[in-house]
Amino acid sequence: MSEFNERLILPDIAGLHTIEVYEQHNGYQALRKALAMKPEEVTDEVKKSNLRGRGGACFPTGLKWTFMPKQSAKPKYLCANGDESEPGTFKDRQIFEQNPHLFIEGAVIAAYAMGIETVYVYIRGEYAKWVKMLQKAVDDAYAKNYIGKNVLGSPFSVNLYLYKGAGAYICGEESALMNSLEGNRGYPRVKPPFPAQNGLWGCPTTINNIETIANVPVILNRGWEWFSKIGAPKQPGTLLYGISGHVNKPGVYELPTGVLLSDLIHRYAGGVPGNKKIKAVIPGGSSTMWLRGEELDGVRMDADSLKAAGSSIGTAGVIVMDEDTDVLKVLARITHFYHHESCGQCTPCREGCGWMEKILNRFVAGDGTMADVDLLLDVANNVEGNTICALGDAAAWPIQSFIRKFRDEFEKRARTTPRSPSYIPPPHLVTTGA
Amino acid sequence: MFTKENLDKLEVLKKQYPTMKSLTLPALWMAQEQFGWISPDTMKYVGELLELPVSHIYGVVTFYTMFNTRPVGTHHLQVCTNVSCQLRGAERLAGHICDRLHIKMGETTPDKRYTVTEVECLGSCGTAPMMQVGDEYYENLTLDRVDALLSKELK
Ligand SMILES: Cc1cc2nc3c(=O)[nH]c(=O)nc-3n(C[C@H](O)[C@H](O)[C@H](O)COP(=O)(O)O)c2cc1C
Ligand code: SF4
Ligand code: FES
Repeated sequence: MSEFNERLILPDIAGLHTIEVYEQHNGYQALRKALAMKPEEVTDEVKKSNLRGRGGACFPTGLKWTFMPKQSAKPKYLCANGDESEPGTFKDRQIFEQNPHLFIEGAVIAAYAMGIETVYVYIRGEYAKWVKMLQKAVDDAYAKNYIGKNVLGSPFSVNLYLYKGAGAYICGEESALMNSLEGNRGYPRVKPPFPAQNGLWGCPTTINNIETIANVPVILNRGWEWFSKIGAPKQPGTLLYGISGHVNKPGVYELPTGVLLSDLIHRYAGGVPGNKKIKAVIPGGSSTMWLRGEELDGVRMDADSLKAAGSSIGTAGVIVMDEDTDVLKVLARITHFYHHESCGQCTPCREGCGWMEKILNRFVAGDGTMADVDLLLDVANNVEGNTICALGDAAAWPIQSFIRKFRDEFEKRARTTPRSPSYIPPPHLVTTGA
Repeated sequence: MFTKENLDKLEVLKKQYPTMKSLTLPALWMAQEQFGWISPDTMKYVGELLELPVSHIYGVVTFYTMFNTRPVGTHHLQVCTNVSCQLRGAERLAGHICDRLHIKMGETTPDKRYTVTEVECLGSCGTAPMMQVGDEYYENLTLDRVDALLSKELK
C-alpha cells in the first residue's frame, strides 16, 4: 500500500492551473466520458469506488448522491464546500491554487450525475485571492463550454457560481452554509429534514467538500476498480495531508490514505526541529481527539486506524507538538476558538464552550484545582451530543481526550504554578473586533 | 451610493440566485470594498437596495467577523493566533506588532494607518505564523520580516 506514490489531486505539473495545460494533461476527458454515460451510471461508478467525503465526516460520496431524488419538480442544487476553517486544515486552498480545473470538472460531473443545473461554490471570505484564481478558471471553463448551456454539445446545461463567505467557521457546517448562501446568519438547521430532501430554498441539495469533488474526475478517468485499491480499502484514494506545528517541513502532502502517522511526521515532514520528542499530536484538525507522543507507533492515517487509536481522521490536518509545548495553553486556545465560533443557538454549546474556556484559562493562569478538572469533564460530557450541530462535539472532543490522556498536565499546574499578581492575559483573552 | 460598476454587478448576481436575500453577503462585500467599512447608513442603503428590512442586514453584518462595523486603518493587520500559528510563535508576533505600533490588540493607531486584530485560523497553518492584510497573506513571518513589512510594503 505504501508503494503507491502518484499524486492524483496535486500532481507536480507546471502551469496546471491554466486551462491549456490542464487540457494537455487529459483535462476534461472525464467529463466527456461522463456525458456519454447515463447519470446513474456515473453515480454508480463513484459509489463502487468507495470514495469517502474529505470534509471531515468521511461519508460515502456515491451513497450521498443517491439520496437526491431522481425526479424533482423543484430545482436541485450542489454546494461545494470551500469554507475550510477547521484549524490545522489548509488543503482545499491548494486545489484552488494548483488544480482548479480538476475541481470544476468534478463539480460538473457531479451535477450531471444528480441532474443538477446550478452549482454554488461557497468559499471562505478570507480566501479572496483564491476566489479570484478560481473565478478565472471558471470563466475559462465557461468559454470552452465545459460549463454553461449544452455542455460540449450535450443536452445537459449547468451553471456554476462562486459565493464568498465573510468570516464564520460555522458556515462550513452544511446547513449553516446553506443559510449563509440564502443571505442569512449562518445558523445550522435541525436535521432531519436532510439537505437531499430539503436544502437550499427548500430544494434537494447535496453538499460536498472541494477535495471530495476533485476526486471524481480521477475515478471516471481511471475507473472505480483502480481507485478502490489505493491506500486503506475502506477509505481508498489519496489524501491531502496538512501537517503543521512543530515539524521541519510543514505543508500539504498528497499520499495514499492509511500512511503511518510517524512516516508522515518523520519521513515527509522532516521530523521535529532539534530532534525533540513529540508530546502530542492532533491527527485530523483541531476538533479531533488528541494522541500522546508515546501512542503514535503503528497508527495509520485512515478512519478505522484512528478510530481504534481513539481519534478520527477528520480533515487529515495533523498538528504536532514537541515535548516543550505548553499543551494546556494550546487546549485553551482551541477551546477559545470553538467558543468564539459557536453560533449561539443551543445553550449547551453557547454556555458550555464559554465555561470550558474559562476553566482552562484558570489553569493557564495557574489558578486551577483538580476539582475544576472534574467540572470541565462534566461540562464537556454535557455539551457532547446535546446540540443542533457538531460544533458542540468538536469543542468537547479535544477536552475529553486531553483529560483522559494528559491528566498529569493538570496535576502539575494545579500544584506548582501559583498565580502571579502581575499575570497578563495572553492575546487571545483580549477583547478584539474591528 | 454604490458605483455604477457595483450596481451592474448586482444586476448580474440577481440572475444567479432565486431570491434577493441571497445578495445580502455579496452586496455587503461591495459596500465594504467601496467604503472600507459598513456604517449604519450603509446598512440602510443596502436594505433599501435589496428590499429587505435593515434589521436583517444588521443581523447579518454583526454575525460575520469580516464585516467591519467601525472604520479600520489603512492597513488592517489580521494576525492569526490559532493553534498552528500559536505553536510557531504567533503570540510573540502579535505582541511585537502591538508594541511596535503602540496600540493594543483590536485598536487603531491615532494616525489611522494601522488596525491590529487577532483572527482565527486563516487556512495557512503550514506557513505559520501568518497574518492577512487586505487580500494578501503574509506567511512564515518572523519578527524581522514584520519589521521590514511595517517600514516598507505596509508603510
Ligand atoms: C462545525 C462544522 C464545520 C465544518 N466545516 C467544514 C468545512 O470548512 N469544509 C467542509 O468541507 N466541511 C465542513 N464540515 C462538514 C460539512 O458539514 C459536510 O459534512 C461536508 O462538507 C460534506 O462534504 P463531504 O461529504 O464531501 O465530506 C463542517 C462540519 C461542522 C459540524
Ligand atoms: S452546536 Fe453550537 S454552533 Fe452548532 S447550532 Fe448549536 S450553538 Fe450553533
Ligand atoms: S492556525 Fe494560523 S493559519 Fe491556521
